[in-house]
Amino acid sequence: MSSEKPIIELRDVGKTFQSADGELVALEGVNIGIDEGDIFGVIGMSGAGKSTLVRCINLLERPTTGSVIFDGQDLTAMTPAELRASRREISMIFQQFNLLMQRTCLKNICFPMEIAGVKSEDAKKRAMELLEIVGLQDKANAYPAQLSGGQKQRIAIARALASDPKVLMCDEATSALDPTTTRSILALIKDINDRLGITAIIITHEMAVIEEICSHVAILDGGRVAEIGRVEDIFSNPQTEAARKLVYPDGMPVSFLKSERVVRIAFNGGSSYEPLIASLAIDCGVKVNILGADTRNVGGKAFGTMLIGLPNDPDEAEKAVAYICRQRDVTCEEVEYSHD
Amino acid sequence: MTEFFQSELWQEAVKIFEAELISDIWQTIYSTVLSTLFAYIIGLPLGVLLVAGEEDGVMPIPRWLMNALNVVINILRSVPFLILMIIALPLSRFIVGSGIGTPAMIPPLIIAAFPFIARLVESSLRETDRGVIEAAQSMGATPMQIIRKVMLPEAMPSLISGAALAFATIMGYGAMAGIIGGRGLGFLAINYGLYRKIWIVKWAAVILLVVLVQIFQSAGTKLAVKSDKRITQITKRRKTR
Ligand SMILES: Nc1ncnc2c1ncn2[C@@H]1O[C@H](COP(=O)(O)OP(=O)(O)O)[C@@H](O)[C@H]1O
Ligand SMILES: [Mg+2]
Repeated sequence: MSSEKPIIELRDVGKTFQSADGELVALEGVNIGIDEGDIFGVIGMSGAGKSTLVRCINLLERPTTGSVIFDGQDLTAMTPAELRASRREISMIFQQFNLLMQRTCLKNICFPMEIAGVKSEDAKKRAMELLEIVGLQDKANAYPAQLSGGQKQRIAIARALASDPKVLMCDEATSALDPTTTRSILALIKDINDRLGITAIIITHEMAVIEEICSHVAILDGGRVAEIGRVEDIFSNPQTEAARKLVYPDGMPVSFLKSERVVRIAFNGGSSYEPLIASLAIDCGVKVNILGADTRNVGGKAFGTMLIGLPNDPDEAEKAVAYICRQRDVTCEEVEYSHD
Repeated sequence: MTEFFQSELWQEAVKIFEAELISDIWQTIYSTVLSTLFAYIIGLPLGVLLVAGEEDGVMPIPRWLMNALNVVINILRSVPFLILMIIALPLSRFIVGSGIGTPAMIPPLIIAAFPFIARLVESSLRETDRGVIEAAQSMGATPMQIIRKVMLPEAMPSLISGAALAFATIMGYGAMAGIIGGRGLGFLAINYGLYRKIWIVKWAAVILLVVLVQIFQSAGTKLAVKSDKRITQITKRRKTR
């Protein structure tokens, strides 16, 4: 549910850390607009500056240059008190959960309301509702140490929602969890986005997380935005080296079979690749070698590329290329391919 | 055996016990509690400041002030208590109007204990997870809210064991103050045991001091473990042993 109105805008944001052995440029010239209601992913290798980026959004880290516009207001120009008020509308969850270990789950969820001056009974009532949203009503009086990782993150999410935020930022929120738990937490975030219309910013180094729930993505590389756009567009056709590395982490696998001509087929969201190769054999009687494939399923659609070695017979090769190019949601190009 | 109980030494010891023992135990506890209390009133905020006031703390204070604070604390920490007590006697005279007796020993005890307590509090607070503080900041908590609702409560078990240690240490210092006539078990040991060579009184006082320290120390540890919600029941049982 996107209403196409930017809730967060980063304008030329840069962050340079001063350390003992010189300066470290963590972010440089970052321009990102995040529309209200989106689930916006930020992906990059470790050290790319992802955490610095989110921390710059709520000014836990003050950007060295540029400005951060939240809901039409420049956070970098605010007084400390104004900033604290705005921070209540930008909640954050963390990889390490960061729950208060000496408080019960209920009291943890009450915390943001407590510091905002909400009456204790009202806060408790709201906290119970939030516990229900995250499905942990029975853990109200448990302490965080008694919970599993996934449950801790659910409590953290409930706590993050307690201040009725407009934005929920998740910094590697699922990186400490197993795949099944990761799924359920991502589903919860998606559900919250759907039901409450809260904009979500998902920081991750895992492609799978972006695939699972994000509508838009920014690829961060060495503190700069390498690519930004709709997830489908970026995935089907990665333009930069950084993007390709993330989309195909293992590189393009290569077989030993020799071919005269090699084409790369890009799948832009059609059905999966197996039927294509099969129908190529059936319809044209042409057999091709799959030299390498890296396709993935995003929301039931195939994305990715495949390298195909064409038959040595020139006529058959032409027939195959023509056939492939006729298919929908597929682009194909001939590529240089070394034979050793 | 009966010979021993009829001996002049024993008779004298009993007389001393009857006259002073209860009062001396009481004086020991009372002066220790009072000194610990006042030392915390000064030491606790200082300990908080040592952590929160750092450059990347929640309430940064000027660098020179932080340095000055550290220097003062280190100097006071390095002066042996006996010397500190003698130096502080004029102050006692000024504050409590006398340089001898139990009240006179309280100001030097406070001066000796608060830097120690500041360091104890500092190290307890440093255990608090930075991430939790950051989470509170991201929710828009003020620095004071973070100190009161995050740093101190999260460090509570550690602060409690620190307090037990401080209490035991101050009780030990207090015994030394028997030299300037501060009443208590230390006075009993020094005055009758050392000066008048009634060894029974000396050892009785020493044993009682050890027992008192033991009681408070283990009560403190128990309380600390009981208050800690990070650990499970099983590890708790192991820890209190
Ligand atoms: N407080 C800091 N002081 C100095 N350097 C930092 C600080 N925080 C992050 N960095 C550096 O900035 C770069 C980006 O870090 P980070 O944003 O944590 O990356 P990511 O979250 O993508 O792994 C890293 O090189 C890191 O060492
Ligand atoms: Mg990070």
